[in-house]
Amino acid sequence: MYNFEYKRVSTLDEAVSALKSASDGSLLAGGMTILPTIKLRLAQPSDLIDLAGVKELSGISADGNNIVIGATTTHYEAASSSEVQSKIPALADLAGGIGDPQVRNRGTIGGSIANNDPAADYPAACLGLGATIRTNNREFAADEFFKGLFETALEDGEIITAVSFPAPETAHYMKFPNPASRYALVGAFVAKTKDGIRVAITGAGQDGVFRQTEMEKALTANFAPDAIADIVVSPNNLNSDIHASSEYRAHLIGVMVKRAVAGCV
Amino acid sequence: MTETGIGAAVLRTEDRRFLTGSGKFTDDINRPGQTYAHILRSPHSHAKIRKIDTASAAAADGVVAVFTGADLEGVGGIPCGFAPDGGPMNEPPHPVIADETVRYVGDRVAVVIAETLNQARDAAELISIDYETLPCVVATADAVNATTQLHADAPRNICFEWQIGDKEATDQAFANAHHVAQLDLINSRLIPNALEPRAAIGEYDVGNDSYTLYTTSQNPHVVRLLMGAFVLSIPEHKLRIVAPDVGGGFGSKIPHYPEEAIVTWAAQKVRRPVKWTAGRSESFLSDTHGRDHVTHGELALDEDGAFLGLRVKTTANLGAYLSTFGPLIPTYLYGTLLSGQYSTPAIHCEVTAVFTNTAPVDALRGAGRPEATYLVERLVNIAAAETGIDPVELRRRNLIPSDAFPYQTPVALEYDSGNYAGLLDEGLKVADMSGIGARRIDAESRGKLFGVGYSTYIEACGLAPSNVAGVIGARAGLYEAADVRIHPTGSVTVFTGSNSHGQGHETTFAQLVSDGLGVPIENVEVVHGDTDRVPFGMGTYGSRSLAVGGSAIMKSIDKLVEKGKKIAAHTLEASADDMLFQDGVFSVAGTDKTVSIAEVALTAYVPHNYPLEQLEPGLDETTFYDPINFTFPAGCHICEVEIDAETGAVEISNYSAVDDVGRIINPMIVAGQVHGGIAHGAGQALLEGCVYDDAGQLVSGSFMDYTMPRASNLLQFKLGSQVTLCPHNPLGAKGCGEAGTIASTAAVMNAVTDALTPLGVTHIDMPATAQNVWQAIHTAPTQQAAE
Amino acid sequence: MPSVSMSVNGKSVSGEVEARTLLVEFLREHLRLTGTHVGCDTSQCGACVVHVDGDSVKSCTMLALQAEGSDVKTIEGVANGDELHPMQEAFRENHGLQCGFCTPGMVMSALELVKRNPDPSEREVREWLEGNFCRCTGYHNIVKSILAGAVAMRS
Repeated sequence: MYNFEYKRVSTLDEAVSALKSASDGSLLAGGMTILPTIKLRLAQPSDLIDLAGVKELSGISADGNNIVIGATTTHYEAASSSEVQSKIPALADLAGGIGDPQVRNRGTIGGSIANNDPAADYPAACLGLGATIRTNNREFAADEFFKGLFETALEDGEIITAVSFPAPETAHYMKFPNPASRYALVGAFVAKTKDGIRVAITGAGQDGVFRQTEMEKALTANFAPDAIADIVVSPNNLNSDIHASSEYRAHLIGVMVKRAVAGCV
Repeated sequence: MTETGIGAAVLRTEDRRFLTGSGKFTDDINRPGQTYAHILRSPHSHAKIRKIDTASAAAADGVVAVFTGADLEGVGGIPCGFAPDGGPMNEPPHPVIADETVRYVGDRVAVVIAETLNQARDAAELISIDYETLPCVVATADAVNATTQLHADAPRNICFEWQIGDKEATDQAFANAHHVAQLDLINSRLIPNALEPRAAIGEYDVGNDSYTLYTTSQNPHVVRLLMGAFVLSIPEHKLRIVAPDVGGGFGSKIPHYPEEAIVTWAAQKVRRPVKWTAGRSESFLSDTHGRDHVTHGELALDEDGAFLGLRVKTTANLGAYLSTFGPLIPTYLYGTLLSGQYSTPAIHCEVTAVFTNTAPVDALRGAGRPEATYLVERLVNIAAAETGIDPVELRRRNLIPSDAFPYQTPVALEYDSGNYAGLLDEGLKVADMSGIGARRIDAESRGKLFGVGYSTYIEACGLAPSNVAGVIGARAGLYEAADVRIHPTGSVTVFTGSNSHGQGHETTFAQLVSDGLGVPIENVEVVHGDTDRVPFGMGTYGSRSLAVGGSAIMKSIDKLVEKGKKIAAHTLEASADDMLFQDGVFSVAGTDKTVSIAEVALTAYVPHNYPLEQLEPGLDETTFYDPINFTFPAGCHICEVEIDAETGAVEISNYSAVDDVGRIINPMIVAGQVHGGIAHGAGQALLEGCVYDDAGQLVSGSFMDYTMPRASNLLQFKLGSQVTLCPHNPLGAKGCGEAGTIASTAAVMNAVTDALTPLGVTHIDMPATAQNVWQAIHTAPTQQAAE
Repeated sequence: MPSVSMSVNGKSVSGEVEARTLLVEFLREHLRLTGTHVGCDTSQCGACVVHVDGDSVKSCTMLALQAEGSDVKTIEGVANGDELHPMQEAFRENHGLQCGFCTPGMVMSALELVKRNPDPSEREVREWLEGNFCRCTGYHNIVKSILAGAVAMRS
């Protein structure tokens, strides 16, 4: 790996100014994505700004009907939080199924979302639940946040501080993992929210996580596994690799959504 | 049986060091003044090197030296250790560092040696190379008709064409057949992935003009012979090879690798130790790969289902260059195994071995024998389905009867012992076949497709004797050496040429000594893996360590007891002919006169009262044991799978294995070997697959894309055992390291196809990943009819 | 060069490291604690698992500097002197290791599982080992060892 400057900050303001003053700085939270990337010399940041010491970014709290998860909260903390488990069990399940135990001990929700890996799990929960992503200077609806492959609405120097998830009436996440990496080959997050049915698909789309609106419509009419049986998912714009062709991914979307709905009802 | 002797499940003596983090693997070693090597590898599968400029790299921070192929004047190429039948074989040069042409992604182009590994890597990025890319050939089936040719002296990319068996008799059998089952299959390419990546440290002693190489090898003496004699021209008394703790090998640590020669040669040039450790991504590119066959097979049957003949045509991919034993694997470890457990009277097999722009292919757990078993057992299942004969019944009708041993197959081997019908019966019992109907109903009630697969396999271990090995093309002997040394106070050190890399030699071999000499097991030390300490040995592979290496130890023990009797007879003033030896005590028959082996040992080393005129002092015996035949483990594995038809996901729901590995010294260790073997074969069946794209780039180049079996992919296996002794070695041992792998691939794939048969799917190639199974279901004839 | 200090197996240690130094490199190369292994470069195989402040982590995917002030435990710190920890003993008694390369990571991972779930089922053990690869054992005896180790740790 290439060398870099390592900076440990203890407040959000320090993090913002460290990022601003670096020529090509990156934030370091759990490091589960950026460190492997740097190790393989696929990235060469000038500075790594470690957020571990920023207390205000970590923790889980209830805010009315919402669960607010701080950006540097680990997957393990989210999965094992009684608050999350009781209000949005599907979210706790999702967090508890990311990577492996060691990844869950280090990996953070902010890191996952900021990276917007097309096969990551958390983006599906954000989009599926209609979450709000909070940064140091504004808020995004999840629908506005994920902008494509590894792309988000974040601007240079902007830092995710927390994600607020409205508790749904019911929700369920079904993942069909890539056999090798165990990222989602196809993941389907289905939720019945106060604003309607939402179906978010990760792992499949060439532009990352997306909402399956045709299925949302069908499920709005009839929230049952069979309601989507006749929907043929097009393989266009879906990923294709050695583990799954776009046709197979299209097929799996139908199966995973059906099973997620079954998990809801 | 004593608590620590033959047959006892003795806990392993080596475990404490591994469990406490005090094992010593090659990368754990640092030598004084050590430098670090980074090897720059070709990013192209086939290209001419027009120009290399290393000046900036050489001037970079911390860089000690940069070498390219042009610097290696006088260094020989990597030799090949096997030419089928002695040739003809096209054997192109295999340069340690590429000179003018690179032939696969990962081929070595330069080495940077620096004070730190990061400095070496940083500097390697400053080397500029002008490549002229050439067309490449990657797929095995395309090699002979490719427009590109890898080596000037290998037209149509053919390394050799080889055949075994009686073609005429086989063709005649097919002419008389009532039914012919046919199968076209691909035996997938695998990447071995021992958990410990390869590593090597070269060291040069200026004062003695001698070299030491620490390396991750299964066979240090073979490395010394090949590297010393063929590559670097270092005489053996000036070259020491040490293989310390080795973290798994599975065949991938048999070959002599270029990196070993690079660090040894470079250590002399820079006059400092040079260490190289592969990153995992580098291992994916540069370790030898395994299997990779394209095969057409046909099985001829009469109207009663008796096998009449087997006809096989295989194209085997050897990669870009010949690795140490590459040509052995698809020939004498493959074609000779095609008789399986069956009395097929006529067999003919033709193999075309080809070069492609891929990593060299060599042994991988089972090496040739899984390929043979997979083909035979799949063909038997297809024949069963086509003739309507139950697959168990069809096997039973064709098994070699237990009174037919020794049994001469039509493909060179003479099976020494076995009871195949007994194994099948026991296999069915362990698998609880009476409950299979209920398990099927249960699976189907959960919406799953259910399948059961059988594999009644044969294995041949311990390639021998050496003179036959020479006739078939081995450029080495295949004996094993053991020196058993009783020390003056009665403790024992065993020096063995078999080099453990996880198999527990330190325990199993100590059990032999404890049993044979009546010495407490804690008083026995087993030394292996250092050419300066152990006699010339051939190493650990092909499930040979106990049958060959263990037999060498037994022979030495016999010699020690014989000599001990003479010493004891002198001490006790009796005739050596009247001496008995049991549980560590020499006694005179019919008397109460005894002397312990420890006392005899002391006498041997302090020979004051000793028959010096008839007997040398000391108690130390060396044996080079050369077996008279292979050994032939066999077994019956039965696998049940459940398939989620919607996703194609396959789950093994039951797995049972009954193996005959001959005499068992430590049942705990044997079971562990079988478990690991099953997992490796099941991995090939369901998960693993090496994928190169058309340009020769390795797509499955990390664990992110190459699926390793995980705990959640597998289950607790049910094991049974049956013993028929090997009649020709002193232990009666056959071998157990590869049995699981040889059997399980076919068992799992037969179960998968059994589950899919109702949908009209008769064969799918490995790995049976969810996608591949879904694809097969999706395109099956019955499915298409329904759509 | 930045300096780093932490507690490793109960001992205070410190050193000067490049920022890019991984925790596993600090342990292996600076402290010569070579029981922690490196088996891959994609954070998957788990041969490098250690405990940092009580949690299992992949030390190949953490900078040494990130462990500043932390309490690190490696396989070398698990036994009580010459007496093996019950989990180590369970691996020995159940032949849960062959070549021994994955073993330290397996043990460190298993210890955290039992801390969080003192009575795991076979399925839970298998799922917990998602990030620990073994090529030798087929996991059969590793699973058996961890279940036995959990029993021993409960008593």
